[in-house]
Amino acid sequence: MRLALRITLAAGLAVGLVGAVSAQEIDTHARAPKHVEYEFEGPFGKYDRAALQRGYQVYKEVCAACHSLKQIAFRNLMDHGGPEFSEAQARALAAAAKVPAGPNDKGETHNDSGEVLTRSAVLADYFPAPFPNEEAARTANAGALPPDLSLMVKARHHGAAYVYSLLTSYGEKPPAGFAVAKGKYYNPYFAGWNIGMPQPVTNNGVTYSDGTKASIEQQAHDVVTFLAWAAEPKMEQRKQMGFAVLIFLLAFASVLGLAYKKVKGEYALK
Amino acid sequence: MSGPSTYNPKSGIEKWLDQRLPLPRFMHDTMLTFPTPRNLNFWYTFGGILTFCLGVQIITGIVLAMHYVANAGLAFDSVEKIMRDVNYGWLIRYVHANGASMFFLAVYIHMFRGIYYGSYKAPREIIWILGVLIYLLMTATAFFGYVLPWGQMSFWGATVITNLFSAIPVIGPGIATWLWGDFAVGDATLNRFFSLHYLLPFIIAGVVGLHIWALHVPGNNNPLGIDVKSPQDTVPFHPYYTVKDAFFLVLFIIVFAGFVFFEPEFFGSPDNNIPANPLVTPPDIVPEWYLLPFYAMLRSVPDKLLGVLVMGAAIVSLAVLPWTDTSRVRSNRFRPTMKWFFWFFVVACVTLGYCGSQPVDATIAGIPAVWIARLASLYYFAFIYPIMFFVGLFETPKPLPASIAQSVLGDKPAAAE
Repeated sequence: MRLALRITLAAGLAVGLVGAVSAQEIDTHARAPKHVEYEFEGPFGKYDRAALQRGYQVYKEVCAACHSLKQIAFRNLMDHGGPEFSEAQARALAAAAKVPAGPNDKGETHNDSGEVLTRSAVLADYFPAPFPNEEAARTANAGALPPDLSLMVKARHHGAAYVYSLLTSYGEKPPAGFAVAKGKYYNPYFAGWNIGMPQPVTNNGVTYSDGTKASIEQQAHDVVTFLAWAAEPKMEQRKQMGFAVLIFLLAFASVLGLAYKKVKGEYALK
Repeated sequence: MSGPSTYNPKSGIEKWLDQRLPLPRFMHDTMLTFPTPRNLNFWYTFGGILTFCLGVQIITGIVLAMHYVANAGLAFDSVEKIMRDVNYGWLIRYVHANGASMFFLAVYIHMFRGIYYGSYKAPREIIWILGVLIYLLMTATAFFGYVLPWGQMSFWGATVITNLFSAIPVIGPGIATWLWGDFAVGDATLNRFFSLHYLLPFIIAGVVGLHIWALHVPGNNNPLGIDVKSPQDTVPFHPYYTVKDAFFLVLFIIVFAGFVFFEPEFFGSPDNNIPANPLVTPPDIVPEWYLLPFYAMLRSVPDKLLGVLVMGAAIVSLAVLPWTDTSRVRSNRFRPTMKWFFWFFVVACVTLGYCGSQPVDATIAGIPAVWIARLASLYYFAFIYPIMFFVGLFETPKPLPASIAQSVLGDKPAAAE
């Protein structure tokens, strides 16, 4: 009995000590995202059309090097409530992309040099993935797998603010005592702080055709807007319909309310 | 209660039909002239609202099933296809997903209302037991449905819940394997869950039919909890309650539409927008909000098997309320002591729900959430068994009014009837 008590005490002490040590270690929970406001938030919010188009450019020139966006097809770029590129623009953007074309008439999927047969994309094609498979993606990224971005903004708590914070918070000095893992980068908004992605957006990393200054914050804002649309492409239709539905329901409820009042009054219902 | 039929077939076809299959007579007697207590309040509108919810879920669900693919490799993308390419697919899916939450919101109000006004007491025990059965079927249906989008929370929720069965000694692991149709949650599991998710709502609809049939034998309880004594106490269901139920139904739909159109992901988990990955466990596996109280009970018991039993007992115990309650007075309006225990029961259920939403090691005001959940679970069972039993024996109820009519109308003569 006494022995058992001692063992329990010793174990308790040991646990206490371990607890004390780990308490001194740094808490690497992700920092709460920065507070940012977007045009698409709130019941009246809409996507900023120009930001969507710029955001597409950032995605294509920066993110697409490693991240797929497999739920989006080139035709979606012309969608109402989306970036609303003209059909000619969307066709041109598609034509600039290469998608796998095989097998050809002879059943070949690769050319004589062993390269995958490709063709220019058309509107019906989905955005091509940067890597043919997960293993290729991991090999190219020091073991890390760049996730598909189609639903990223809906797949994290406060997704828009989260992605924005992640993109704009490279270059901070890690706190003393925190060692950045080999092949990783420090980003306090990422759980564990060690992120496999090197700084993606840089000052003037893209050149906007509409003359907007391509600061890191501006690019982050634009690409987050674009990704928010990619995750929820029917948002504008949804809110628009929502108002029509609510107006109808309120009118209907008023009529029923009057009918109910009449019934109640005439027959002394409780 | 329904009394002799007042249906009077007028046209030739009605007379012809009435002698062969008196469906019009049945509709007339149960939906139009059915005598209903004249004092039903707001809280009695949720039965109609629930019927609406079931209808919405079945209709939207049938359409979703036309586009959904129950295959572990395709399910997630087929849901995204619905959201993006199916005409108004986003609307149908958001109505279905939020509809589940609205359904549970309504059913919880309906259940608390039944407890408060003693609607489970004689002669309505069967209505109540059928209701508990419907609720049980709803939780199973909702659980199966949540697995179908095959996101991270779908997959891990299915893994956690099906693993509960492995806690049963000896045969448990075998049962789990049998449920999965495989040695882990996978394609076979998804397929059978889809099949069951499609089947159960129709069983629910059948039990709802029995629930309403059983209701139409003794008739509605009412906020006073006293029996209908004369025709003065009742009004025909139509137009009085059709209009009233329609009004509150539309108010309910306004709330419903608010979520569907403006906060459609409010009840969802971001993790379910990540495709299922058996190799990556999400940091916190949390069920949908409506199952959180039971999840909190499960986690508050250190032993897995006991936890599962407690969780099951929490639902099954509701069915015995008609017999653990010894009071002869139905409505809590006339039960000064029980009223307090009732509201504390509501608080305990909400507290359990909150504890279930927190991480395992969370503290609330410095107290470990698990201990708060233990206390609340203890109260949950205490309420159903000893409190219901002893308060009913020792409480002095307030005097009951002579009749519904007198309570509502005072000494005025009734305008109707």
